[in-house]
Amino acid sequence: MLAKRIIPCLDVRAGKVTKGVQFLNNVDIGDPVAMARYYYEQGADEIVFYDITASNERRGLMLEVVRAVAREIFIPFSVGGGLRTVEEMRAALLAGAEKVSIDSGAVRNPRIIAEGARAFGSQCIVLSMQVKRRAASAEYPSGCEVMIDGGRTPTGRDALRWAREGERLGAGELCVNSIDRDGARSGYDLAVTRMIADAVGIPVIASGGAGEPRHLLEGFTAGGADAAIVASITHYGEHPIPALKRYLRGHGVEVRDPPEMERSAN
Amino acid sequence: MIAIVDYRAGNLTSVASALTHLGHRCEITDRPEAICAAERVILPGVGAAGATMENLRGRGLDHVLRDGVIAAGKPFLGICIGIQVLFESSEEDAADCLGIIPGRVVRFPHAVDGRLLKAPQIGWNRVRQTRAHPLFAGVPDHAHFYFVNSYYPVPDDPAATIATSDHGVVFTAAIARGNVMATQFHLEKSGAAGLRMLDNFCRFGS
Repeated sequence: MLAKRIIPCLDVRAGKVTKGVQFLNNVDIGDPVAMARYYYEQGADEIVFYDITASNERRGLMLEVVRAVAREIFIPFSVGGGLRTVEEMRAALLAGAEKVSIDSGAVRNPRIIAEGARAFGSQCIVLSMQVKRRAASAEYPSGCEVMIDGGRTPTGRDALRWAREGERLGAGELCVNSIDRDGARSGYDLAVTRMIADAVGIPVIASGGAGEPRHLLEGFTAGGADAAIVASITHYGEHPIPALKRYLRGHGVEVRDPPEMERSAN
Repeated sequence: MIAIVDYRAGNLTSVASALTHLGHRCEITDRPEAICAAERVILPGVGAAGATMENLRGRGLDHVLRDGVIAAGKPFLGICIGIQVLFESSEEDAADCLGIIPGRVVRFPHAVDGRLLKAPQIGWNRVRQTRAHPLFAGVPDHAHFYFVNSYYPVPDDPAATIATSDHGVVFTAAIARGNVMATQFHLEKSGAAGLRMLDNFCRFGS
């Protein structure tokens, strides 16, 4: 049985993590490579780097980060943020990323999902969708709209239809990020996550809103998610990943052993 | 020197990064002389069986692997698609493979007991060590490893299997026969346990 995954997300702008310069166990949380190493050693199951840099010139800095991370951490990691073409995906994969996460670029040009899947395999393509609650209507039968550009721009697309379309085009996983919950630390949007998880045959990653350990438990149980994105809940050391995993395992959720569990099994 | 066989598919740099991190010298190469001269050889990769075999044959690497590596007794490690092409055939693309290990490669069933089974399986699954082997030195039994696969190998000789995993069906996750070793899971993406097995391979027989 596959373990439920905990995936820390690092927002990177021009080669730096953007949550301000703070220190956690002497790790500069502004340094993406140091943060990745910290999470790797903590037993993260995967890491997502989200490049919030706009300009092309700075995109090169992100590839430098990817190359440096690939030399030091030996778990899968993905790169997202602003990817628009198969060539941009290829550059991230060749730099050492296991997967790419596509978002606004896929809404504007859905063909890149299929082209990416054909070129690199579906397992490399994560379709990330920003969803916002709307009154259920003929336009939004699921009661959710897909947003782009970091949640600023509405698309007129229904979230559930877009999830199914993404799967049909060849996405290997779906990341469902609730705009309403993002940064609120009040828990994942369980109803939306569950609705999409029940509708597709590919893994679904819950994102946006984790603030307490029980939010992860709810995401995996009530939300039906296969993986959960975490950011502020782990970035400041309040709930380290080994503690989250012990909590989840205590509640019957299959998780990968954190490093100290591996040692105790010896 | 460890040769990582380059057949223009998948991302080979992650295996090279892991070996370098462990302090082993390696080279990504498709040159037959370099592969035959290497002390040990790794065939990694993500990809489809048909395309992988085409790429290997197109470079004459099928003969190099059979005669210059495996028959020559060099320690050989296949990873992911690198375990699958060791068998005689694969259901994927109805591919004829290297035929080094008797058996075939089959797809996960679409459903088990009426429940849909997701394929590919993408993620961390437990690996049960069914037979003691130097590859597992220092690796806890039932440790998690990272898998990405829709197909899995079925050796004719059950004794070839050294580990299994469970994704709706119990399947062969690692094999060993003499100097030939292979895993369905990604050693280079499986954290400390994966690095330990790679290091064990680099020390196998020496």
